[in-house]
Amino acid sequence: MSDLKKIKNEFLLRLNEKLNLTEINNIKTNLFGKNGLISSQFKKIGTIDAHERKKFASDLNIIKDELQELINLKINEIQNSEINAKLEKEKIDVTLPERNFVRGKIHPVSQTIDEISSIFSEIGFSVEEGPDVENEYNNFTALNTPDNHPARDMHDTFYLDKKKEKLLRTHTSPVQIRTMLKDKPPFKIIAPGRTYRSDSDQTHSPMFHQVEGLYIDKEINMGHLKGCLNYFIKEFFEVKKIKMRFRPSHFPFTEPSAEVDIGYEIKDGKIVIGEGNQWLEILGCGMVHPNVLKNVKIDSSKFQGYAFGIGIDRLAMLKYGINDLRAFFDCDYRWLNHFGFDPLDVPTNYRGLSR
Amino acid sequence: MKITFDWLQDHLKTNLKEKNLLEKLTNIGLEVESVESLFAENELFKIAKIINTEKHPNADRLKVCDVSVGEKEFKKVVCGASNAKEGLITIYAPPGATIPKSKTKLVIAKIRGVTSHGMLCSGSELNLSDESDGIIELPTKYEKNIGKSFFSKSKSNFIDLSITPNRSDCLGVRGIARDLAASGFGKLLELKEKKIKSKKKQNLKVKIIKEKNQGCNTFGSCLITNVKNIESPKWLKDKLSSVGQKPISAIVDVTNYVMLDINRPLHAYDADKIEKGIIVRNSKSGEEFTALDNKNYKLEKGMCVISDYKGVLGLGGIIGGTRSGTELNTKNILLESAYFEPSSIRKTSKKLNLDTDAKFRFERGVDPLSIEDGLNKAALLIKEICGGEISKIDIQKIGTYKNRIIKFDTNLFKNISGFNISSKEMVKILENLGFICKKEKKYLKLIVPSWRPDITQEIDIVEELLRISGYDKIKIINPVKERTKSTLTQTQKLFHFLQRAVASKGYLEAITWSFTDENYNAPFRGDNKNIEIVNPISSDLGVLRNSIFSNLIMHISKNLDRGFKDLSIFEIGPVFTGVNPGEQNTVVCGLSSGKKSRLSWIEKDRDVDIFDIKKDVIQTLVEAGYNYNEFFIDNETPNYYHPGKSGRLFLNKSKDQVAAFFGEIHPNILKKLDVKTENLLGFEIFLDNLEIIKKTLNKQKIKFNVSDFQKSERDFAFIVNKDVKAQDMVNAISSVNKDLIKNVKVFDVYEGQNIPNNQKSIAISVTIQSAEKTLNDNDLENINNLIIKAVENKTGAKIRS
Repeated sequence: MSDLKKIKNEFLLRLNEKLNLTEINNIKTNLFGKNGLISSQFKKIGTIDAHERKKFASDLNIIKDELQELINLKINEIQNSEINAKLEKEKIDVTLPERNFVRGKIHPVSQTIDEISSIFSEIGFSVEEGPDVENEYNNFTALNTPDNHPARDMHDTFYLDKKKEKLLRTHTSPVQIRTMLKDKPPFKIIAPGRTYRSDSDQTHSPMFHQVEGLYIDKEINMGHLKGCLNYFIKEFFEVKKIKMRFRPSHFPFTEPSAEVDIGYEIKDGKIVIGEGNQWLEILGCGMVHPNVLKNVKIDSSKFQGYAFGIGIDRLAMLKYGINDLRAFFDCDYRWLNHFGFDPLDVPTNYRGLSR
Repeated sequence: MKITFDWLQDHLKTNLKEKNLLEKLTNIGLEVESVESLFAENELFKIAKIINTEKHPNADRLKVCDVSVGEKEFKKVVCGASNAKEGLITIYAPPGATIPKSKTKLVIAKIRGVTSHGMLCSGSELNLSDESDGIIELPTKYEKNIGKSFFSKSKSNFIDLSITPNRSDCLGVRGIARDLAASGFGKLLELKEKKIKSKKKQNLKVKIIKEKNQGCNTFGSCLITNVKNIESPKWLKDKLSSVGQKPISAIVDVTNYVMLDINRPLHAYDADKIEKGIIVRNSKSGEEFTALDNKNYKLEKGMCVISDYKGVLGLGGIIGGTRSGTELNTKNILLESAYFEPSSIRKTSKKLNLDTDAKFRFERGVDPLSIEDGLNKAALLIKEICGGEISKIDIQKIGTYKNRIIKFDTNLFKNISGFNISSKEMVKILENLGFICKKEKKYLKLIVPSWRPDITQEIDIVEELLRISGYDKIKIINPVKERTKSTLTQTQKLFHFLQRAVASKGYLEAITWSFTDENYNAPFRGDNKNIEIVNPISSDLGVLRNSIFSNLIMHISKNLDRGFKDLSIFEIGPVFTGVNPGEQNTVVCGLSSGKKSRLSWIEKDRDVDIFDIKKDVIQTLVEAGYNYNEFFIDNETPNYYHPGKSGRLFLNKSKDQVAAFFGEIHPNILKKLDVKTENLLGFEIFLDNLEIIKKTLNKQKIKFNVSDFQKSERDFAFIVNKDVKAQDMVNAISSVNKDLIKNVKVFDVYEGQNIPNNQKSIAISVTIQSAEKTLNDNDLENINNLIIKAVENKTGAKIRS
């Protein structure tokens, strides 16, 4: 028996015994190490007669492959059984609670403002802002509500000085004045923000939110106003059809003025907007009064347009079924958690207002 | 303004029903606030006779009465009135009836053990008089009506209208009827008013003083002598009751009736109590009088008063005085019908905080040409009821009224409303409203009726035409979906971004009031002055907030009291620095209390600490687009933060404006405000101090450039004085070679054993990588030495060997 065969037989036998990883690695070194049995056979190739050399080399390679394969197989077997043994031990109860996480929320008023901005963005309105503290002129006089006008009684105003020159704005309409004074027409803006009236009961809060709308251009009439609000209300309440009626009213800064009602009904104790025979007042609007345009030095024979004011808190209450206005500002952790929105719920044009 | 359909029909002929009326009123701008059915309620009150009374077995003052309401069986009623006696005819309210005064609904009830079926009513309980001592005693002539309803049947509901401040003409039933008629709801009846025919002179002299700011320009009056002021007849009492007015006496009732009917306020004086004559003048400072509301008023200079030669009788157009008031024994009266300037009325009533029906009408504008109509109507009615003799009408005036004239371009209607109506239709509407119209080519020349002070220019005419034509005729023009301007400014975008970024860190967004309790504001006020509200809703909401912390701490405290411990809330909104418009800043302010990890099976309990808050602030700013590597932090913070555990953050080392504060709230404040929590951390990010990033996202992305050469991580440990900042050491290392040093991270801080008392050990890991080659041992050794030298030189640290 040639040396090669002897090596092969001996090691095949040894490898078939029960071995651990170290023993196999030792065998591997014995065979394939620097001075291993197989390695030294390879070194012999040069010394072999030319006519036998080819066969010897071929036999040696076959034996080498065979042994190597077996060694690898054995190593794999051991590793696999080790992993399996480990897996057997590593069973845990995955129903135990995960690490703590907290969810932040966006206030329903902020969410509603973003919804409103998103809707009006699509029809070309941009967002303007104004200060919470206003002077008497911007809040009243410029809006065609001069001193001693009975309409001032409709606003219970917080004053910051005895002369009643500085006040907390009672509506977002002074932003109209600021915007028109600052720029040239056309104007197409909405102005959401905080507003204040000294009134506090179940349905009134001394602070609340309004959004003002203003569109001034050359040929804007009440049909455009109706179209704009009809669009807004449908989009906001995410309904296909809406019942809406314009009712004559009076605001000093618009003429003709209207209050807008939408149809609703109560179904299973919940308010359903857009259907039914009941009317719900949701906003005031009208064509900007020529006196207001005159006050901001706009020629009312060339430019005209509409304005509207909507209570944001009320819209949020209607849409999300919130009953008590004062709870909005009470900061009850449970309420904020319940009515708040996930910060990822960003209302957008392409994705819509709701998930 | 309260009306009934019945009363309307005094002025309006119509075949339409009440249901149509309500709809029509709303459609023409006379909003129906509420409709109450008076009839169904009032029908229940029956004329009744007490048949028998017995003393209540358990109460001395109560009686048990058998009451007949014309049925076989008597009603057993427990009654406390002393005048309840056998044979008395009175008014009985059965169970189910609602008592007008108290608005309580009667039920069958046991009173001291005796069941009472309903009650017997006093005049006050039925709002018929002020008489509350005892039950009503009806004259014996009512005997034949026992069992019948006391209140006459009125099929009309009580309709409450919300009249907008411009429509003073609709503060009288006739004005409402006129509007209805113009809109096609029936025909306005012509009034055939009788006129006073008298030869007797009005001999009480009236004089209007011509002076600056005289609030009265016309004063009409007549005398009615030898009257007998009695209770009003039933028709008049019913009329007033039907709109919720309490009948008082014939003279007062007549003036009220005329006011409600044609919006013409009048005033009746007891002529015998007037000293010599009437003088209409401006008040002098300090003059006093007692008004009919039994209050004493001290007047300022320049208020329009009606006086005699002795002093002030009343405030013209607002309220009369007790000295010259009519009473049941009044014999001679002076009836006043005048015109008062709205602005004068408003100024005076505001100053004195007085509100009356007359004031409400005069400040909105009463028809200046209704003076004589009012006198005629009222004087004749008084004579009819109270007898007496009427004098001629006396009119004093210091100015003349001229009707306003408007030139109306008919095209304006379509320009504003978006639809067209013919000029013929326009003329019809306007004439029905009382305008006199004359066509002039493209224009209509319009004479405005004297009862419409609100109509001053063309746009007012458009509103009238549109209101009567119907707002439903306005056609919807759908909006165009086109955007030429960005919806939000960069600042507004930043606002929304910060808002949602902070919320995404686990904070609940709160919105609190812009004003606050001074006690909560004071600790956070800093150098700002208190910004007080002159007329706060309550004293604990008296100042504008100088910091959002004031309200947030108040509310987090309430939530802690509710039993919550681990709370994170924030608000983004204004804080105020002054009383002028624009003296406000937008701040994002957050609070976090309690533990990050509590009662966890997997982690140890851990309090929220400053590095949690710092992470929230830094991550928010990084997410908002600011460069972390530029941030500079020091520990100079306002005194409401813990002096040792708070920080100030700048967006860059030039320290221009503070971007944020963060840290523990000062323990003294928690103590003072009684906040019950283990710990409370807060932050403020100042939106107005953040530089606005103008680059769009595509411009913010620079070329992608990374190195694939081997990187090395080297750790250094330095011993350094305790007051040296980690930030300074990191900066020292970074500045050694910006190209090679990719990352510097403090990974251990140690004080204690083996380290001198005033020193600490800081361990820093530095990542070194070249973009050009693999660094060899030599290169790395060089950098290491440079790093050690830089830190040692700049911070006085020593490398730990």
